[in-house]
Amino acid sequence: MRKEFSASIEKIATTDSMVIFLTGDLGFMALENVRAVMGARFINTGVSEQNMVSLAAGLASQGYTVLCYSIAPFAVFRPAEQIRIDVCLHNMNVKIIGNGGGYGYGIMGATHHAIEDIAVLSSFQNMKCYIPFCNEDVNEIVNVMMQRKGPSYLRLGFGIKPEGLDLPAYSGVRKLKSGIKITIVGLGPVILNVFKAIEMDIGTDIADLFVVSEMPLVELPAILLNSVKKTGKVLVVEEHVSRGGLGENLSLLLLEKSAGCKLVHRFACGYPDGLYGSQAYHQKKSGLDPEAIYKIIKELSNE
Amino acid sequence: MSDIDKLCKIKTDCVKTLLGLYKRANAGHIGASLSCLDILVCLFFNRMKENDKFVLSKGHAAAALYTVLAKSGRMPESELESFYKDGTLLGAHPPCSRKLEGITFGTGSLGHGLSLAGGIALSNRFSSKKFNVYCVLSEGDCNEGSTWEAALFAAHQKLSNLVVIIDNNGLQGFGRSKDILGLEPFAKKWESFNFEVVEASDGNDFSSLLNAFENVKNRDNGSPKCIIAKTVKGSGVSFMEDKMEWHYLPMNEDQYKMAVCESGAKNA
Repeated sequence: MRKEFSASIEKIATTDSMVIFLTGDLGFMALENVRAVMGARFINTGVSEQNMVSLAAGLASQGYTVLCYSIAPFAVFRPAEQIRIDVCLHNMNVKIIGNGGGYGYGIMGATHHAIEDIAVLSSFQNMKCYIPFCNEDVNEIVNVMMQRKGPSYLRLGFGIKPEGLDLPAYSGVRKLKSGIKITIVGLGPVILNVFKAIEMDIGTDIADLFVVSEMPLVELPAILLNSVKKTGKVLVVEEHVSRGGLGENLSLLLLEKSAGCKLVHRFACGYPDGLYGSQAYHQKKSGLDPEAIYKIIKELSNE
Repeated sequence: MSDIDKLCKIKTDCVKTLLGLYKRANAGHIGASLSCLDILVCLFFNRMKENDKFVLSKGHAAAALYTVLAKSGRMPESELESFYKDGTLLGAHPPCSRKLEGITFGTGSLGHGLSLAGGIALSNRFSSKKFNVYCVLSEGDCNEGSTWEAALFAAHQKLSNLVVIIDNNGLQGFGRSKDILGLEPFAKKWESFNFEVVEASDGNDFSSLLNAFENVKNRDNGSPKCIIAKTVKGSGVSFMEDKMEWHYLPMNEDQYKMAVCESGAKNA
């Protein structure tokens, strides 16, 4: 998604001279075009994420829209206090861009993964997290994010739009598929594993499938609530730890609406045996792979 | 009246207001505020031009900032009455709400100020606006790694409109700086980071401070500036001077009377 991201930013930065781009020394094979177009407004701040974020807040205080780019864990956790205080509490127009959310950096290991980022950032004042689920989703989300004044986080990942899927008009919660027996709600590209699971032999009309692209989820859209009331069964899928993610957020909203339902949560389990592998390996360890999702959908739909 | 006489008069007035604030609030951080009050008076009443910006990285000296903002007309003086009260903008540390024009950034967690000031200073590069950015740091601030990240960046980017003033009183949260995390050779550290460094041998004396400001101004070679101001915690109140406990303690009635009596004596 970083290529799509840099293409979108290139366009925006060409017309908007108030946009400044900071990177924590990352962006090889992704940001060269942005650097070329932005000139002096593109600054490599070095490997110093704390300084980068506070610096961005300082620039934003003078009217600029400032992007801070790194890979997701470095963009979020090292400067977490700078994001909390200088960006969020001051409601500054700073956009934190984290590439490779979830287990995106696979074999690079735990230092390079971000599976707690939404929990941390969605709890901060004024912060809005954006999570595109496929490459084709990025441009519109970047535009939405850039148009909203205030702190944002963009969690980029890897994902290709399933063939035949018409991308619905953007909103924080979108319905991607209609079905009858269960309601599936996913966060980000891991939803593509649900598509693969459904394709196995489940029958395409088994589930209402929703993708959530903005966190925190503040309101439950009627279309999602009605689906849950209809099916009475919800499967939540996210490449993020259980605490502070979509599962907890959605559960509370459903409880508040007295939407009595069964809820099953599949989430990132971390590193249960301390071993590393590809993104697909880590997804499998957490029961987020297509096969595991297939099984759980089968079980739920037969209940 | 000379510049120094004027500043002394203002300072005397500020100290009385400051002590009153702390007494009514029954609050601590008095020593930290008195330590940097002369620097702030010097900046807000002598050095800073209308468009210049200020960041107080050592946010625990907020009362000193509130006082000079009020006395210099950047904030209504009546606002001071709410200090420490429920529902105030003026808490123990500067507010993050951006509701006070004179306070761009709320601080209180050390190590943020220099990066924030760097960002404000950097913004000049992209606009026709020209201003200086002044940032007051404590030694505690210089324990934080983020301060040195900011220093590297400011020098690399040649932020010559950035002026750092270090309130170098030798004390920090739980002891003497030299015993906790030695910063010496302090000036050399900043020099080696490519800052133009000037030491003010008495950072609680206006003549020493003004000389230092003039001195760095004249060294306009494209580098950011750093003034290391040798100060005394609790300056001007004999029983508070150089005492770590006055980072935390509030004054009782007798101490308050004595402090008011002594206040401003050194520079008056």
